[in-house]
Amino acid sequence: MTAWSAEVLKRHGLTGEEYARIEATLGRAPSWPELGVFSVLWSEHCSYKSSRVHLRRLPTRGPLVIQGPGENAGVIDAGGGHTVIFKMESHNHPSFIEPKQGAATGVGGILRDVFTMGARPIALLDALRFGDPAHPRTPHLVKGVVHGIGSYGNCVGVPTVGGDVVFDPCYDGNILVNAMAVGVARADRIFLGRAEGVGNPVFYVGSKTGRDGIHGATMASEEFGAQSEEKRPNVQVGDPFVEKLLIEACLEVMSEDLLVGIQDMGAAGLTSSSAEMAARSGSGIVLHLDRVPMRESGMTPYELLLSESQERMLMVCARGREARLIELVSRWGLDVCEIGVVTDSGRFVGTWHGQTVVDIPVSALVDDAPKYERPMAPPPPSPPLDLDAFPQAADGDFTPALSDLLARPSLASKRWVYRQYDHMVRTGTVLRPGEGDAAVVRLPETPRGVAISVGCNGRMCALSPRRGAAMAVAEAAVNVACVGARPAAITDCLNFASPERPAVMWSFSEAIDGLALACEALDTPVVSGNVSFYNETEGRGIHPTPMVGLVGLMPEAARAVGSAFPDAGLDVLLLGRVRPGLAGSEYAAGVGAPLCGDAPDLDLTAVRSLVEALLALHASDLIVSAHDVAEGGLAVALAECTFGDAAVGLVAAAPEHAERADEVLFGEGTGRVIVSTRDPAGVERICSQAGVPVWPLGRTAGQRLQITLAGRPVIDATVAELRARWATGFAGAVE
Amino acid sequence: MKGRITVQLKAGVLDVEGTAIARALGSLGFTASEVRVGRVFEVELGPEVANDPAGAALVLTDMARKLLANPVMERFEVEVLDGASGAA
Amino acid sequence: MRFAVISFPGSNCDDDCVRVVREVLGHDAYKVRHDVHDLDRPDVVLVPGGFSFGDYLRCGAIARFSPVMTDVAAFAGRGGPVVGICNGFQILTEAGLLPGALRRNVCLSFICEDRHVAVEGRSTPLTRGLSGEVLRIPIAHNEGNYCADEETLARLEGDGRVVFRYVAPDGRRSPEANPNGAANDIAGICNERGNVVGLMPHPERCAEPLLGNTDGRRLFDALLAAGADGGSR
Repeated sequence: MTAWSAEVLKRHGLTGEEYARIEATLGRAPSWPELGVFSVLWSEHCSYKSSRVHLRRLPTRGPLVIQGPGENAGVIDAGGGHTVIFKMESHNHPSFIEPKQGAATGVGGILRDVFTMGARPIALLDALRFGDPAHPRTPHLVKGVVHGIGSYGNCVGVPTVGGDVVFDPCYDGNILVNAMAVGVARADRIFLGRAEGVGNPVFYVGSKTGRDGIHGATMASEEFGAQSEEKRPNVQVGDPFVEKLLIEACLEVMSEDLLVGIQDMGAAGLTSSSAEMAARSGSGIVLHLDRVPMRESGMTPYELLLSESQERMLMVCARGREARLIELVSRWGLDVCEIGVVTDSGRFVGTWHGQTVVDIPVSALVDDAPKYERPMAPPPPSPPLDLDAFPQAADGDFTPALSDLLARPSLASKRWVYRQYDHMVRTGTVLRPGEGDAAVVRLPETPRGVAISVGCNGRMCALSPRRGAAMAVAEAAVNVACVGARPAAITDCLNFASPERPAVMWSFSEAIDGLALACEALDTPVVSGNVSFYNETEGRGIHPTPMVGLVGLMPEAARAVGSAFPDAGLDVLLLGRVRPGLAGSEYAAGVGAPLCGDAPDLDLTAVRSLVEALLALHASDLIVSAHDVAEGGLAVALAECTFGDAAVGLVAAAPEHAERADEVLFGEGTGRVIVSTRDPAGVERICSQAGVPVWPLGRTAGQRLQITLAGRPVIDATVAELRARWATGFAGAVE
Repeated sequence: MKGRITVQLKAGVLDVEGTAIARALGSLGFTASEVRVGRVFEVELGPEVANDPAGAALVLTDMARKLLANPVMERFEVEVLDGASGAA
Repeated sequence: MRFAVISFPGSNCDDDCVRVVREVLGHDAYKVRHDVHDLDRPDVVLVPGGFSFGDYLRCGAIARFSPVMTDVAAFAGRGGPVVGICNGFQILTEAGLLPGALRRNVCLSFICEDRHVAVEGRSTPLTRGLSGEVLRIPIAHNEGNYCADEETLARLEGDGRVVFRYVAPDGRRSPEANPNGAANDIAGICNERGNVVGLMPHPERCAEPLLGNTDGRRLFDALLAAGADGGSR
């Protein structure tokens, strides 16, 4: 017989065993607000209870790493006393329920994770996954999410410089909205989420607290069912205007020695921010909940602790500096209020008009939260891909196939999306969306550049979660090297279905191993990240989608190289050699082939050599454009290279790296880059030193894309007609 | 027959625009402890509900539910400009 | 020269304007808060882009009541050059320093991309010596659809007060060249005296080679030349 009914526990997402543990910890039944506190901090979203045992296997150290996982965001050394601070986070479930506000608050939340560390945000990116474009809900979701990201990012004045958008029926009932923020700070002005110094006052800064998103963190950890309609009033509303004031106020406060620690109130709001700060410091905290600025009357301690109202920060102030903190924040018109104090009791205490309503050991909430080694089992092996079932091009002409592929929304131009994002504010955007394989922004106050790439091929992860996850890292590293930056570190956002299914848990574990292998091979440790489980609806889960956001550094932003051919008369070379495969390819999806077979091989040593070769080529100024071969294969990549402002064509001979023409043209496999150069001999020399095979494709010329294979023409079309299909494919699908 | 539909954020949902306007009114010397912003749609209805206020209210309600209001966060009121009205 | 850059809550191009003046032009720039009454003897006032007061209610509608705006109006009244960019343009129209209003783009979405504008009309501090040129300058707005009543439009056209117009790269007017539905393809106008200019495009975003385009720099250079002639106010 427990104090709380099974129904109450279920609504709080707590199992019977978990509840028993709560009673054992407290030595009594929890109060109603205590039950709420346990439910959010022990939720999958906050506690990582299913993933923690696996996340340990990720490499998190390296010479550039200043702060790895465990803080609000990761920090790397960018040289000269500058640091780059970044993180990616999911806002999948809220965005499915209310796409505009869900995506907007996702952007707001990830920005706070970065500026709470003391960073000035300089870039945003978004990796989005939607269902089949033909699904009735998809256009509405795409428009809402893009509008939400734009309305928030544009107003807050941080450029949205990149990202990707992929459509696949596996996301029909569970879209992915993964937002990444990148900021910069001086190495000696990094702030941590710590509640240190007994007697230091705890301040609440920002918007008032309403009843928004109560149990949002728990919602994010439950699979959807028919009843998710009822969860609607929980949706939080973001105010980018207040966020902008909060950024400026926080950075101003941080420029003086006023703070001991700071953390944003994200998922599980006041509860998680305060408990996590106390846990990191091994201290305790007392919150006078009745002092919290409230937006509505009649709010209860339970609601105040669990509210996910946006644009709020918790600050621990150095005692004696309170007046200055209040003065600075008030000038921005924001609420600022002393609501508590740091203690050495090791307890998380909440009071309400002088009466204690919450009293829990901090360690029970955070470090000793439940941790599961969930059962894992590999799914049955995938049947081989039946290549004989693929359509054969009449008279060997693959032009129509290429044209159709370019119009597929996942491959088509994303201009419809990034045109709605201010990608130039802050005047640091050196390579704009669509211009290069990675976004490039300047590192403020220096000539240096920061290159950023996000992505993950879910289909490859479905075929092989280990190889697919490694591919995500490898491809992002190659992207960043293409523009001229050295890959430095990654953040990840691990989107999976229910961890309670052994096959999903197995795929998660495999993906972790894949990430670890690639990060080690490429010297790109993981410095921050997030796990999003339960991306499934009525038993149908998404492909494993371990999204990767990779940051690279370059000595001169002005030397960033785009992906399109800028001119006629350039030699075009293919660097790297893989055996391209059609399993999991966009081409296979386009012709309706089942998702099966073996993911293409991935040679991480070869990818590493390719990255080094590219960096050497950049250092010698030998290449004028560089574009990696990814979704859609070689033919799509070559077509994309002709879609620049110059609209110059290409006459190319494809390499005979596979038996079938469709494999050569559309087969996928990570580790190939198309470069254009005025000095092909110089390129070959450096590549041979680096051990990277080179295939001379041809030269830029005219206004047609002409590709031959073994002497036979396989593609021949004007750049203009291919470009027209590519330029309109996305809008055509969602408008 | 003509109708009017007023759409507003549900009580308790943060009205970011209203909050900013309330503050601006305050700085101009007005007292406005809370402002809630809404949208008004005036709709000329078709002949099928001519002289049928109850039917018109049903049509307006349907319009609001399906398109004009976002049920996730908004409430609405409909008004038939001949007198009858309803709310949701 | 001294550039005062007005900073409202929600302005987000104020830093960019300061940066261009200081680091590209090598002149003095400083931010002036919305809630003060001291412009600190500027030669030029820039009202930057952004989302002042969140752009709630109407763009610029709340910002116009900021204390600093009375000083901006007085500075303009003395003939001082005032340039409103994007949200700054919207604020100047709400404040009555420029006629007309900026409504939502006809496509109903935010647009961020390069656009071509022809410099024309009478000479202003921002455009002197550039008449007839076609410049490529980014726009980034949701409400750039300039509108005014027929009489005002006729007066603006008649007096040569349309100083920027959206055109195709070859300088010709066409419906496709107009991104937002603005009346008469208007991208920027000036007041009767010519010293207050508002424009939707962002010249501060294309004023240095790193960003791949220096057309905006030419407008800032014109401002510097005008200031050198005009002296301090």
